[in-house]
Amino acid sequence: MPSTIINPTRMELTRLKRQLKTAQRGHKLLRDKRDELMKQFMDIVRENRALRSRVEEGLMQAHGSFTVASALMTPEMLRQSLLVPVRSVQLDMSFENIMSVDVPRYHFTEKQEGSGYPYGFAQTSGELDDAVEALSGVFRDMLRLAEVEKTTQLLAEEIEKTRRRVNALEYVKIPQMQENIRYITMKLDENERANTIRLMKVKDMILKEAIREQRAADAEAIRECSM
Amino acid sequence: MYRIAVMGDEQSVLGFAALGLEVHPVSGAEEARTVLHRLAKEEVAIIYMTEQLASGLSAEIARYRDALTPAIILIPGKEGSLGLGMQNVKTTVERAVGADII
Repeated sequence: MPSTIINPTRMELTRLKRQLKTAQRGHKLLRDKRDELMKQFMDIVRENRALRSRVEEGLMQAHGSFTVASALMTPEMLRQSLLVPVRSVQLDMSFENIMSVDVPRYHFTEKQEGSGYPYGFAQTSGELDDAVEALSGVFRDMLRLAEVEKTTQLLAEEIEKTRRRVNALEYVKIPQMQENIRYITMKLDENERANTIRLMKVKDMILKEAIREQRAADAEAIRECSM
Repeated sequence: MYRIAVMGDEQSVLGFAALGLEVHPVSGAEEARTVLHRLAKEEVAIIYMTEQLASGLSAEIARYRDALTPAIILIPGKEGSLGLGMQNVKTTVERAVGADII
C-alpha cells in the first residue's frame, strides 16, 4: 500500500509516470554533477593540505624570529617599527564558476617603497628582519591558501546539498513513485477483472432467462400440437 | 577594493603590519567577536585569524563558512599550531564526502 492516499485513476497514473521520468532524469543529472564536483573537490583539497602545511611551517619560522626580536626590543619600539607600513597590498576579487558554484579568485598587487622594511636598521634587531623576510616569503602562499580554502568550503557545501538531493531522489522519491504506479496499475487491473466477471455473470443471467423462455415456448407448442 | 585583515594577539599579528595588511590585535573572545562581525560587514575579503583566537569563536566562524566573503583562514599563532586549521580541512572533506577519506 502506498503511504499517501492516491486516486487509482488513469489520469493519476499518466501524471505519476511523467513525474517518475522527470525524477529519473533529474537524478541522473544530479548524480553526474555530484561526481564531477567531487573530482574537482579532491584535487583542490589536496592542494589545500599541501599549501596549509607549507604556510604553517613558514609562519612558525616567522614567529620564531619574531619572538626573539621582541625579546631583544621593547614592545613600544617594536610597535613603532612595524606600524607604519611601506608596503601595501591591493586586493581585487573576481569570481570563477566551478560547476555552478561561485568561488573567489583573488588578484593582488604589492607596492613597495624603498627597502621593503618599514624601519631603519640602526635600532632594530636582525631577527626582526628575518621575521619580516619570512612573512613576506610566505605571503603569496597565504593568499593562495585563502583562495583554495574558501573554494573547498564552498564546494563542500554544494556537494553536500547535491548529495542529499541525489539520495532523496534515489532512496525516497523514485521508489515511492514506483510503488504508487504499481498500486494504481494493480487497482486498475483489479477493476478490469471485476468488470469482466460482472459482464460474464450478467450474460449468464440473460442466457438462463432466454433458455427458460425458450423452454416455456417449446412446452406451449408441444401442448398445442398434442391437443 | 577589498581589504585583508589579520586578527589575533598582538605578538602574533604585529609582523603582518610590515606587509601592509590590516592588523587587529584583540585579546579575549568577546572583543574578537565584535571586531569579526564589524569586519565581515565591511569589504574585507580575507580575515586571517590565529588558531588560539579561533578556538573560542567556532560558532561565529561557522556562520561565515558558506558565505562568499569573508574567507576566514586560520593561521598558527606565536604559541604554535594547534592543528585546528588542518582539522578544519578534514571537517570540510567529511562534510562533502560523508566520511574522512584522506
